[in-house]
Amino acid sequence: MKVLCNGKAQEIAPGTRVADCLRELGLEASSVVVECDGKILTREEYGSHVLQDGSVLELIRFVGGG
Amino acid sequence: MLTIAGRKFRSRLFGGTGKFSSPEVMKEALAASGCEMVTVALRRIDLNNPADDIMRVLDRDRYLFLPNTSGARDAGEAIRLARLARASGGGEWLKLEVTPDPRTLLPDPIETLKATEELAKEGFKVLPYMNADPILALRLQDAGAVAVMPLGSPIGTNQGVLTRFQIEIIIAQARVPVIVDAGLGAPSHVAEAMEMGADAVLVNTAIAVAGDPVRMARAFAMAVEAGRIAYEAGLGTVSKDAAPSSPEDGLGFLR
Repeated sequence: MKVLCNGKAQEIAPGTRVADCLRELGLEASSVVVECDGKILTREEYGSHVLQDGSVLELIRFVGGG
Repeated sequence: MLTIAGRKFRSRLFGGTGKFSSPEVMKEALAASGCEMVTVALRRIDLNNPADDIMRVLDRDRYLFLPNTSGARDAGEAIRLARLARASGGGEWLKLEVTPDPRTLLPDPIETLKATEELAKEGFKVLPYMNADPILALRLQDAGAVAVMPLGSPIGTNQGVLTRFQIEIIIAQARVPVIVDAGLGAPSHVAEAMEMGADAVLVNTAIAVAGDPVRMARAFAMAVEAGRIAYEAGLGTVSKDAAPSSPEDGLGFLR
């Protein structure tokens, strides 16, 4: 199945959780905030939230800015 | 000492973290500036470069984070960014920016007021970036802003305090701290803002893009301190007529 991750289509296995997805992408959960289908997830939810076919995932973090 | 929303700051210079040539230069420049609060922005992670993380070099015990909502074009987008910032562990402090016009990056006063009302209700400590409009400053303060951030000149222009007349009124009227933000391109610009009685200034571009950002950060820190001391010491009155500094009496022997 497919999800849209930061604007790019990604193939993932059914049953994939947000935490699995972050691990595959090489991202530390503590450095990321996740918005899934418009809803902000808490870090506690990363391990339980199962991605659905067509889910829109936004992976955001702090960057330099003024 | 400067107090904003109950928090005390020894330094009246706030720093930005954008545009530095490297994280190491940024870290050193921020240390040289003596600032205790730094702005950060929120963006999509570059999935091709997942290790690129500014938080690896910024010490959260040393700096209070002031996430901004840069890139927001209306209140809705700003509120979404604010909630993401809080979920990222950014805390309650927020530099609210709503800039619909990419050419001028001037803030939208109506959307900024709307977002301030909503975010203050949600418990954010909102510091809105605003045009130097004295009436708007009062409205934002009434809406729950913990400080106001009038612009000296447009973001990134290094033009200095072009809004002097309006900022003087804002400083005279505001009950919340006034932080002059944006366009401060030289130490003399921040000294001017501080001499006028601004509570603090925020500088990013001028330090980040300097030939030597670390030395420039120090120059800005000194100018902020000089301007503040001059304000507290009490500047002389400006006059159109000359007044001699030497005694007018005792010249009888000349004529």
